[in-house]
Amino acid sequence: MTNFIIRRFLLMIPIMLMAGIICFLLIHFIPGNPAELMLGPEADQTVIAALTKKMGYDQPLYIQFFKWLQMVLRLDFGMSIYSHQPVISLIAHRAEASILIACGATILFSIFGILVGIISAVKRNSWLDQISMTLSLTFASMPSFWIGLNLMLIFAATLRWLPSSGYPGVIESGHISNLRYLILPCLTIAIPSTGLIARLTRSFFIDILSMEYINTARSKGLKESVVLIKHALRNALIPVVAVIGSYFAEIVSLSVVIETVFNVPGIGRLVVESILQRDYPTLQALLMLIAGLYVFINFLCDIIYAILDPRIQYD
Amino acid sequence: MALVILAVMLFLTILGSVTAPYDPNKMQAKNRLQPPNMKNWFGTDHFGRDMLSRIMVATRLTLGTSLCILIIIALFGIAIGSISGYYPPAGAILMRIVDATMAFPSMLIALFLASIMGPGFMTVMIAVAAVYTPRLARLVHGITLTIATNTYVSAAKAVGVGEFRILTRYVILNAVSPIIVQCSFQLAHIILILAILDFLGVGFPPDVPSWGNMIATSRIYITRAPWLLIFPGVAISLAVISINIVGDTLRDAFDPHAQEHIQQG
Repeated sequence: MTNFIIRRFLLMIPIMLMAGIICFLLIHFIPGNPAELMLGPEADQTVIAALTKKMGYDQPLYIQFFKWLQMVLRLDFGMSIYSHQPVISLIAHRAEASILIACGATILFSIFGILVGIISAVKRNSWLDQISMTLSLTFASMPSFWIGLNLMLIFAATLRWLPSSGYPGVIESGHISNLRYLILPCLTIAIPSTGLIARLTRSFFIDILSMEYINTARSKGLKESVVLIKHALRNALIPVVAVIGSYFAEIVSLSVVIETVFNVPGIGRLVVESILQRDYPTLQALLMLIAGLYVFINFLCDIIYAILDPRIQYD
Repeated sequence: MALVILAVMLFLTILGSVTAPYDPNKMQAKNRLQPPNMKNWFGTDHFGRDMLSRIMVATRLTLGTSLCILIIIALFGIAIGSISGYYPPAGAILMRIVDATMAFPSMLIALFLASIMGPGFMTVMIAVAAVYTPRLARLVHGITLTIATNTYVSAAKAVGVGEFRILTRYVILNAVSPIIVQCSFQLAHIILILAILDFLGVGFPPDVPSWGNMIATSRIYITRAPWLLIFPGVAISLAVISINIVGDTLRDAFDPHAQEHIQQG
């Protein structure tokens, strides 16, 4: 097992290197001088020249790349062009809201998605199954920002139960009650995702229920609850765990949109801002962070997968 | 049901503004922000423009653009995928590039491409097509690999059929059904991502009536005129739901044992 974990860990290095090369090349793919692009068409030639020199854009590409790589390995992503703060502190400042939203939403949709999926699979083709699957498809097909705006319309504008936008950080203000600002963003991400996970769990569970060993377990005279929980659930959850792991990319995309809708100062909002303001050092850092998290979460999932499924060979 | 909705939407796409009861861009200052009524079924917006007419025109724009993007994706995706599946050395290089682009969330790439190229129709089409082509290419690559091992391909080679003919007649034609299924799901994703790009302000120019733009402007009037938010969203949802249902049906029809697998956006 340890062997497997170490090997799987080492596999992350080439993937991250590749992601780094793409992040680095991204701004060099664009025709023209990156400094000129960042400062916009009205910028003064001397200012452009100064930034070019400062960022080292006049040096050969491979030297720039190795310099950048050295900085990244020290977790130093340079200064933001727009806000003139170190990129790393800018990201750290924005991380709180995004982490809370992502974790909250993941917990919500994992629990409800798996629960609804299992109930639908067990009561297959009943009215309960029909209704929950229709709802799942409907929610999974709605544009996420539209769900968010509707929730805002209902719970913030009409009922006035929850604040409509913004987020004064809990760490900064010290008020735990500020978490209520994150309820609507969390729900907005969780609702379409629950539908998706429920549909997947249902189809995995139905596959498992048609297996021979479930028949065997039943014919042995085991109680239906034992058959479902001990024999079916564990096997059906394995692919679901893999899906939830790979769902991280989707959560990032959703956060970008949802944080814009609810005006939450998080990482997703920072991504949009850095793209629109052409703040490329910040964007590069964010992309590296997202790619790194993605690779790391996949690593964790593979390990959970290996623990759940004893058939996977460790060495 | 899904087919009926799609048929109505396609009908609107082909006929365009002919079906709209009013001119979608005609501003009437005294009719600003009217709730739905007998004259304007879906109400009017902040310039007094008829929402029903605007949604009809937007249907044409969105579905038309989405279908164009889908055709671009299909052409490039099938070409790249089948070539890299049929010639392994080319595949080794092309698939690594495809893998690398798929490590980043597709929406971020589309957002980035759309913002550096500046607003406009071509920009949006290129940005969205660039994001989804690798996904289709990957699928076609996988299918081509399995088809190429079949005896009928070796048989065709043995009797001297040309490489290009093998690729088009023997390989791609046999891969058509999974490609169609994948394309139908991609169409749903394209419609959603177009709306998101509009909403974030890097999609179609803001004065163009598109579903995403209409929802984006409705934010300001969310309490005073909720119908501005609701109807365009319902239109998007209906379109995406119907396409997904048709996709599900196609998948079940082509391959009854196929597992539902995640359709990432």
